[in-house]
Parts: sequence; C-alpha cells; structure tokens
Amino acid sequence: MATVELRFSALPEHVRTARLVAAAVARRAGVDEAVLDEVRLAVGEACSRAVGLHKIGGISAPVKVLLIEEDKQFSIEVGDEAPHAVPGERANGAGPGDPDSEAEEDEMGLAVISGLVDDVEVSAGEHGGSIKMTWPTTPPPTILV
Amino acid sequence: MDLSLSTETMGDRTIVRVGGEIDVYTAPKLREQLVELVNDGSFHLVVDMEGVDFLDSTGLGVLVGGLKRVRAHEGSLRLVCNQERILKIFRITGLTKVFPIHTSVEEAVAATD
Repeated sequence: MATVELRFSALPEHVRTARLVAAAVARRAGVDEAVLDEVRLAVGEACSRAVGLHKIGGISAPVKVLLIEEDKQFSIEVGDEAPHAVPGERANGAGPGDPDSEAEEDEMGLAVISGLVDDVEVSAGEHGGSIKMTWPTTPPPTILV
Repeated sequence: MDLSLSTETMGDRTIVRVGGEIDVYTAPKLREQLVELVNDGSFHLVVDMEGVDFLDSTGLGVLVGGLKRVRAHEGSLRLVCNQERILKIFRITGLTKVFPIHTSVEEAVAATD
C-alpha cells in the first residue's frame, strides 16, 4: 500500500510540486540525504515524461505518483494512462509517430533516470505505463535505541 | 522558486545568467531567451549556471537546441558551472563532450576554439 499517493493534472507547473512532495516523503522514509537530489531529479523526469505523454495523447486523466515506504526501501511509482506500443516494437523504431524532438526528450529523460537510479522498472502497455524506482533506506536512529 | 534570467554583453560574447529551477515548466522561458538572442544576432553565448538550483532533461534539451542554433551561425555556446549536482547530469547524458564547461565567466569569455 502506498504511504502517500499524489494525483495531479498533467500540467508542467505541477511537476515541481510532485518533486517537493517526493523528496519530503523520501527524507521521512530514511533515504540518505546525499541521495535526495537524485530522488528529486528522477521523480521530476518521470513526471515530466508522463505529462508529455498525456499532452501528446490528449489525455485528461491525472498523472499518478505512488510513494511507497517499505521495510528497508522506498519506492516511487509514476503512472501514466497513455497507450504505449509494446516495448519490443518501440525498440524497433515503430513508435507512435511522435515528432522527433518529443521522442528525443523522452529518451533523454529515461537516460537520466537510468543513469541515476540503480533499481528501475519501466513497464508499458495498451492502457498506460509506469516507472518504478526504488532506493534503500536506513532506519532512523530512534529505532536503534 | 521560479527561473530568473539576465543578459550582459562582454565584447562579442553575450552572458546569460540563469537562476532558479530549469524544468519542464520553466525551460520554455530559457528557450525563448536563447532564440531571441540568436535572432538578434548574438551568436557567441555564455550561459552562467552558477545560480541554478535544479536542472532536468528538459533544460538540457533547451541548451542543446541553443547550441544547434548558434552553430548554424558558426557561433558558440559555453557553460559556466561548478556545482557537482548539476555537472553530474551533464556527465550522465554524455553532454560534457558536447558543451565546453568552464569554472568562471571570465574563463568562458577568454576561451577560443
């Protein structure tokens, strides 16, 4: 079950809010301070991508962000409702016909995420896709007493 | 925090000082600024990123777009950045090989290809 769930209209101005909320929840969950910048950047990239996909697809549904605190780990799952081509087809260049610039930005966003986060799962299907990123956490000192 | 932009001319170089956050919401403002400068004939740009708190791939895309524009006029686009967290994004995406990155505006202004 998600610790915090956030839904926002697919507009660029809300991506910053998602970054701030994600970083605050990650800090509380015990994600290392040194990694919080990466969390902020990675969730921003995933949300920007989702906003872009909704815009291109003319989808009015909100973008969904799940912030999941678990034992020794913290996960963020960013879900979109844009119909994706199955990954195999995308790899062969049979994309949905996006303009080049959009496709380039999408790839750059994914490159940043995969460069920043070791544990990333990207899934895509007919009814939407998601990017799930996981970081280890250290328990707060009070638990050790 | 929003994006702040100011420009200054030093010889044939135009310094663009950027402050705040460059993301999917604010990057279009930076794009407009760069396009305007190139349209007005400024082809040697130095983008000072020392006041930037946050940069994402949308911002990188705008900088790459700026570079393409100035190169079309045989110009240059140099960056000034000393912040490790910002430099890391350029390294991850391989863009350190694309942009000359300097430690000060003075160094960037003095640099020649």
